[in-house]
Amino acid sequence: MKGISSKAAAAPYLIWMAVFIVVPLIMVAYFAFTDESGAFTLDNLANVAQYSNIFIRSIWLAAISTVICLVIAYPLSYMLSGMKAHTQSTMLMIVMLPMWMNFLLRTYAWMAILGNNGLLNTLLGFFGLGPYKLLNTQGAVVLGMVYNYIPFMILPIYSVMVKIDKSVIEAARDLGCNSVNVLFRVILPLSFPGVASGITMVFVPAISTFIISRMLGGGGNLLVGDLIEMQFLGNSYNPNLGAAISFVLMVILLLIMTIMNQFGEDDTENDRVLM
Amino acid sequence: MKKILGKIYIALVLMFLYIPIFVMIVFSFNTTKSRTVMSGFTFDWYIKLFNNELIMSSLRNTIIIAVIASVLATVLGTFAAVGISRMKKIPRMIITNITTIPMINPDIITGVSLMLLFVFFAARMNFEFGFVTLVIAHITFDVPYVIMNVLPKLNQMDPNLHEAALDLGCSPMMAFRKVVLPEIMPGVLSGFLMSVTFSLDDFVVSYFTSGATSQTLPITIYSMTRRKVSPEINALSTIIFIVVVIVLVVKNIITTRNLKLTSEGERND
Amino acid sequence: MTDKFKKAFSLMTVFMLMLTGCAASEDTAALEEEEEEIQTLTVADEEYYKQLQGQNITLNVYNWGEYIAMGEDEGTLNVNEEFYNLTGIKVNYSTYATNEELYAKLKGGGASYDIIIPSDYMISRMISEDMLCELDFENIPNFSYIMDNFRAPEYDTENKYSVPYLWGTVGIIYDSTMIDIPAEDIGWDILWNEDYADQILMFDNPRDAFAIAELRLGYSLNTCDEKQLKDAAELLKEQKSVVQAYVMDEIFDKMGAGDALIAPYYAGDALTIMEDNDALNFVVPDSGTNLFVDAVCIPSCVKNKLAAEMYINFLCEPDIAYANTWYVGYSTPNSRAYEKLDEDIINDGISYPDDNYLSENCETYSNLTEEANRTMQDLWTDMKSTDKTTPNKWIVPLFMALCIAASIAILIARHIKRKKDIF
Repeated sequence: MKGISSKAAAAPYLIWMAVFIVVPLIMVAYFAFTDESGAFTLDNLANVAQYSNIFIRSIWLAAISTVICLVIAYPLSYMLSGMKAHTQSTMLMIVMLPMWMNFLLRTYAWMAILGNNGLLNTLLGFFGLGPYKLLNTQGAVVLGMVYNYIPFMILPIYSVMVKIDKSVIEAARDLGCNSVNVLFRVILPLSFPGVASGITMVFVPAISTFIISRMLGGGGNLLVGDLIEMQFLGNSYNPNLGAAISFVLMVILLLIMTIMNQFGEDDTENDRVLM
Repeated sequence: MKKILGKIYIALVLMFLYIPIFVMIVFSFNTTKSRTVMSGFTFDWYIKLFNNELIMSSLRNTIIIAVIASVLATVLGTFAAVGISRMKKIPRMIITNITTIPMINPDIITGVSLMLLFVFFAARMNFEFGFVTLVIAHITFDVPYVIMNVLPKLNQMDPNLHEAALDLGCSPMMAFRKVVLPEIMPGVLSGFLMSVTFSLDDFVVSYFTSGATSQTLPITIYSMTRRKVSPEINALSTIIFIVVVIVLVVKNIITTRNLKLTSEGERND
Repeated sequence: MTDKFKKAFSLMTVFMLMLTGCAASEDTAALEEEEEEIQTLTVADEEYYKQLQGQNITLNVYNWGEYIAMGEDEGTLNVNEEFYNLTGIKVNYSTYATNEELYAKLKGGGASYDIIIPSDYMISRMISEDMLCELDFENIPNFSYIMDNFRAPEYDTENKYSVPYLWGTVGIIYDSTMIDIPAEDIGWDILWNEDYADQILMFDNPRDAFAIAELRLGYSLNTCDEKQLKDAAELLKEQKSVVQAYVMDEIFDKMGAGDALIAPYYAGDALTIMEDNDALNFVVPDSGTNLFVDAVCIPSCVKNKLAAEMYINFLCEPDIAYANTWYVGYSTPNSRAYEKLDEDIINDGISYPDDNYLSENCETYSNLTEEANRTMQDLWTDMKSTDKTTPNKWIVPLFMALCIAASIAILIARHIKRKKDIF
């Protein structure tokens, strides 16, 4: 009796989950496999192939951004985790603070910096350099992704690093490991769950963004996100195609995430959420 | 040497993170609309910002929607977590997996899928996109964060406590209020705060689920960046930045004080 | 530690101040002097506007960005505010950037707007798809001010669904200090000129972009022929390598700040941008251009039809129409507002080209067939998505290899870890 009544507490949520999480995803699939009149068709999915270059570009740019994020964030997290407890929390706050500002505003700020007559080119001009084309390039898109999503890489890696028992490292040192060995054989393997969740947390928003590519990419560097947005609220209205693209994107991400989860599963399920 | 290099490295990363914000703050005081040349100091853009009815009303909408959605999500999520924690392993696993979908799915797909759902209902039930659709969408991506924050706290709790309370004559609701809730309160609170943060900041899902009315601030900002840009946007960034700094600093002070208090308390014991 | 940051930040500040100090002198000319503009509002029939007072109605108006007088300058009218003061009806105002965006938003359902202002071809498309509501012209007495040649237009032959709002032509804005070509020699081909690579902006909507390609090719702007559309798309693809960015209203910012040298845009907006940047010039190529009319319509889903018609009537009030054309810079179809305009504006050759020119060189858009619309959309997406700079042959294999390498590395790492756990 007790069991039933407390389980029932989840009932409202289960209904909510069914209606607003499961059904919408089914609708995406439904739209992906039907045409305007609602008849079954595979044309939409076939048409997605036409845009494979956009998928490739998105994966490519998102992957580059993820790697850059990782390269920047890993040493930073390592240094952060080595600081005194009090400095640590202050530093962490300073690192995370920009993330709390609306990302549209932050991305917009880069537009002012990177423009042909922007701050950076003006600055370079004083040294007789440039002007370089910085804005409206793929490089600018990558920069925007790194800038916006790097906190998602720092946090999980940091939270795993803090938990590494310092005595393990000392033990390794005592057993004759030099610092390179300590890094590669102790810290790196122990921090893998954090790295894995950091990678997914950067890669997923990066591959699906449409704001960054529009604001910093100049509209000529479409990403999957732009393509989806165009079909629903943009210049070429075609929700069936849009649903098909979303569907394909979801499948790709599902694949990538299953791979990542294989590596990061250990004990981080809750940490990932809590940080 | 190593230490200095480390400090330089951290300084460089922080510069990268803060330069854009710094630029916006500086140019929010610029007398002209230029984004590269400072010609003088003024507060005009701040005054204009506060007189901008569109921005102010969308700010109001954003706050109202964030608060309503977070409160509802917290209630819904807390009860859900209690129920889920009592389930057997397999249903529990299925439900938690589905729950994480909105967290790991790209925002754009969450937004598009909800839009398709709302369009389907809008056509049949004659309602409009706007306040209600926004609140529903926000609850949907908020609840998982509440559940994922509350579940671990429930798992840490001694299950006998709850049963003992029931045995001692508590009704299930009372047992929940007197025994379970105090234990999981930190999780509930952090879930709520996370919901508020995500709701306030959300653009993508709101973009697809908003209608003619109830524009939220991020949507207004987006349309501002697509038009003739006014430095009001810089003033807005500056204000948001200052608010965020204040909130975080206060929060930090409170947590460190609490830490000190508890450690002192322990020492006194 | 914190000292370090303080230093870093103060260094930044100093740098910034240096920068501004050096540059400030160049920009004093920006303070332009302008005659003081004082606008007042008198309406003919105040009673008419009082009909719905006190009913707490809100109208959802969906308009182009930068397309209504907001009263930003001292002494000018804020249209929506004046409307509220007069009628007690609140205006909930939001904006879109292209006709296609508006179409998608309405077609997607859900969003209910009371007033929209699409362009000619979009109006006929919406009429054919039954998306507009017939207007009751009894409630729009000010329609009488609309000039004769704007009545019963091609896009709404019986004049049942729309009331013209503003009109204009498409031309080229360019930086005359950087481009040494006399204005009369500038044609649409300048947008393909490799000398100005990465300094060219282009329309970010299919219809206007295709129109420019079609003008270059000498095709009709309303061609539905698949081959001709494909030719135009090819030309646009070719252009991609010299285009800096595809934009709509972002153009105000980019041209105003001198981030780009050449851009095609609507005449009215060009005039506004030129106010901010003296170096800019505007020209309509001799080879012809598009003449467009944007008209006010009511979507079929509307609740407050009378209030919406009242709003349309209000937009046709001479004082309001004048305030709009004065602020927005587009040309007005309202005869009384036209009479109020300065001679300078009428004679500048940009806003009000003579009738001969309009009839001989300009073509209006009409609605394409559904098939042509679809083809154009597909070609547009295809054009936007192609990219020569992405070497796509080896990226995927490389990415896969990277993934596999990472997986192996991680597997090995876990293996090591597991070993450690055993001990």
